[in-house]
Amino acid sequence: MPLIVGLMNLVVPLQIGARDVAFPFLNSLSFWLFVVGAMLVNASLFVGEFAATGWLAYPPLSGLEYSPWVGVDYWLWALQISGIGTLLSGVNFFVTIIRMRAPGMTLMKMPVFTWTSLCANVLIILAFPILTVTITLLTLDRYLGTAFFTNDLGGNQMMYVNLIWAWGHPEVYILILPAFGIFSEVTATFSRKRLFGYTSLVYATACIMFLSFIVWLHHFFTMGAGASVNAFFGIATMIISIPTGVKIFNWLFTMYKGRVRFDSPMWWTAAFLITFTIGGMTGVMLAIPAANFVLHNSLFLVAHFHNVIIGGALFGYFAGLTYWFPKATGFKLDETLGKWACALWTVGFFLAFMPLYVLGFMGMTRRLNYYDNPVWNDWLLVSGFGALVVLLAICVQFYQIFASIRDRNKNLDLTGDPWDARTLEWSTSSPPPFYNFARTPDVRDRDQFDYLKRHGLAFKQPEQYSRIHMPKNTWAGIVIAVFSGVMGFGFVWHIWWMVIASTLAMLVALLVYNFQKSKDYYVEVEEIEAIEDAHFARVEAAMTSSKNERSEYSVRRRGTPLSMPA
Amino acid sequence: MNQMSIPSPEPGYTGYVDKEHHHDMAGDTLLGFWIYIMSDCILFATLFATYAVLSTSFAGGLTPTDLFDLEFVAVETALLLFSSFTFGMAMLGAQQQRMAQLLLWLGITFALGGGFLAMELYEFYHFSHEGAGPTTSAYWSAFYALVGTHGLHVFAGMCWMIVLVVHMLKDGISSTNFTRLSCLSLFWHFLDIIWICVFSMVYLMGVM
Repeated sequence: MPLIVGLMNLVVPLQIGARDVAFPFLNSLSFWLFVVGAMLVNASLFVGEFAATGWLAYPPLSGLEYSPWVGVDYWLWALQISGIGTLLSGVNFFVTIIRMRAPGMTLMKMPVFTWTSLCANVLIILAFPILTVTITLLTLDRYLGTAFFTNDLGGNQMMYVNLIWAWGHPEVYILILPAFGIFSEVTATFSRKRLFGYTSLVYATACIMFLSFIVWLHHFFTMGAGASVNAFFGIATMIISIPTGVKIFNWLFTMYKGRVRFDSPMWWTAAFLITFTIGGMTGVMLAIPAANFVLHNSLFLVAHFHNVIIGGALFGYFAGLTYWFPKATGFKLDETLGKWACALWTVGFFLAFMPLYVLGFMGMTRRLNYYDNPVWNDWLLVSGFGALVVLLAICVQFYQIFASIRDRNKNLDLTGDPWDARTLEWSTSSPPPFYNFARTPDVRDRDQFDYLKRHGLAFKQPEQYSRIHMPKNTWAGIVIAVFSGVMGFGFVWHIWWMVIASTLAMLVALLVYNFQKSKDYYVEVEEIEAIEDAHFARVEAAMTSSKNERSEYSVRRRGTPLSMPA
Repeated sequence: MNQMSIPSPEPGYTGYVDKEHHHDMAGDTLLGFWIYIMSDCILFATLFATYAVLSTSFAGGLTPTDLFDLEFVAVETALLLFSSFTFGMAMLGAQQQRMAQLLLWLGITFALGGGFLAMELYEFYHFSHEGAGPTTSAYWSAFYALVGTHGLHVFAGMCWMIVLVVHMLKDGISSTNFTRLSCLSLFWHFLDIIWICVFSMVYLMGVM
């Protein structure tokens, strides 16, 4: 989740031709709130303990009676603080995408990653308040002795499970939708074609966004809600696989008759297409309530959700990371190591998780710390070996980052467009200047940068610049967030003076910031000219030096239009 | 694919706009605030759902029919609804750049909000005293969570009002301050709508 919000921060403003997000201060606050949440989790390693109640801390296990010490409190406050940050991010990106697109970029001309980010942010806006309330109620149960989720006094534990999944299911789509956007960008770029069926892909994303709110009960068909309720949620779950399937075909048909270049982002995409399709199909199996009663909490389920989260979201993030890495840093990641990592991940993944499907059918449940059934043994060994292969893949990835930084001069991206890509973020330098675009783009096409290249307009320095309006840096985000962390720590340990003092400090900081004037300034033309001249000099040098090599990336830089496949 | 349907650029097209235009930041703020209110709406929806699930979980203790006094709540409601009207008058004053009118109506709004909050706190005190506190049963936990969250919002709105008055006294009704006031106004009316739902769902249905 932090990784994908980070990618959104990097890519979305660039893709829509904006210079910043709509509310830069809120963005800084969101980021620091997330950091503080993560720090609280880390603090629990040294002071006290962390929750031992699983991902979602179901009561009554997470209630005061069964978890009397501070672990669950750390979980609650870390999640609450970073959750508020996420909610603010959601509002921020929504407004950014709705209001700050460059002139000419209608909604249906937005790059797909921006579309999927928009839908993910709508999900954040609508789902995170549910999380806020749910964990606040659990907090009240633990701190004030209220009876929302208790065994006695009329509390209802299943209400917690419903509420947390009413947030949790949209949350998994918050994770996967941006990954779908990444695959769309990558597939179009490396197939050297326009994305097939853009409109259907956008509508499929919107459908998933809507449907993701009416499937949460499939996480616990065994609750006993009755046949009608289970049937409704089972059918809704099966329906949600349709727009997802539409997308698979979008990517396949984009590749069809394209001249596909297999750079490492494309490797991740190909690995994803196969893996995710399998995961999706086992998901449809789990959506059948009758089958679910057998498979619930078995390793079949574990295999399924790793299948979609690793094969879907994680591979997508790796593809996105590789794809946009040069945009953020100015140099590419090592391609050979990247392909090794992808191959090892894929092989390791299949070895580790396919046996779990079998084991699920053989009746093995999740979260066992001991088993005495010898029939499971061979499958578990295969699975364990697969996990080691994945570990090797992760090591390769760390080495890849290290080696790429060490050899960065070999993989420099001087033009800003290392992949011969199609959307606006590649039309500026890598890394982009702090104002993103010296002149606001005037958008004519979905693949605007491709459009410019086809008409010989890319990599042309504008004749003149005007000064740019930018927000100033501010101290307020980090200060407020740090005080919120102190408040959380005080709550965890019931140190009330600390809670009161840090809450007051937070309010004072907010007020001081609120009364501050001149939060923005102008970048003067001389500064812009200096930065842009240097950039275009690098572009010029890169193009001259690549003139003699007939590299497939250098062709279009010289303004020769590529003939497009039919 | 349909490369043909995209027209070639006209001569003189450079890929950039000719003139950098000024971005309407107040519009961003208002839209952002609307979106925030929508998410706040979900927050209340979740609390309403919780209340509905627990609406009969009295655990053998006191029920709302034992305690609710509709006439008292009617006065409370009247205070809050009337404060929306007075906030509207304050906004009219702000639009016409009349500082005195703005401050007067904002003051009345603040007083009405304070009256509402005082009545609510008295009610909470009274209920707890009668033996229906937040820890009495799941029903009362849900009651205090829902009504109390609304009360906290009203309190936050009142604090915000004070901050805004200081802003107004410092800089007058500037465009920034007007945007801020518009946001608070949205917030205040939103709380009114939530209260109408609280009144119907908690109090009216509680005594039925």
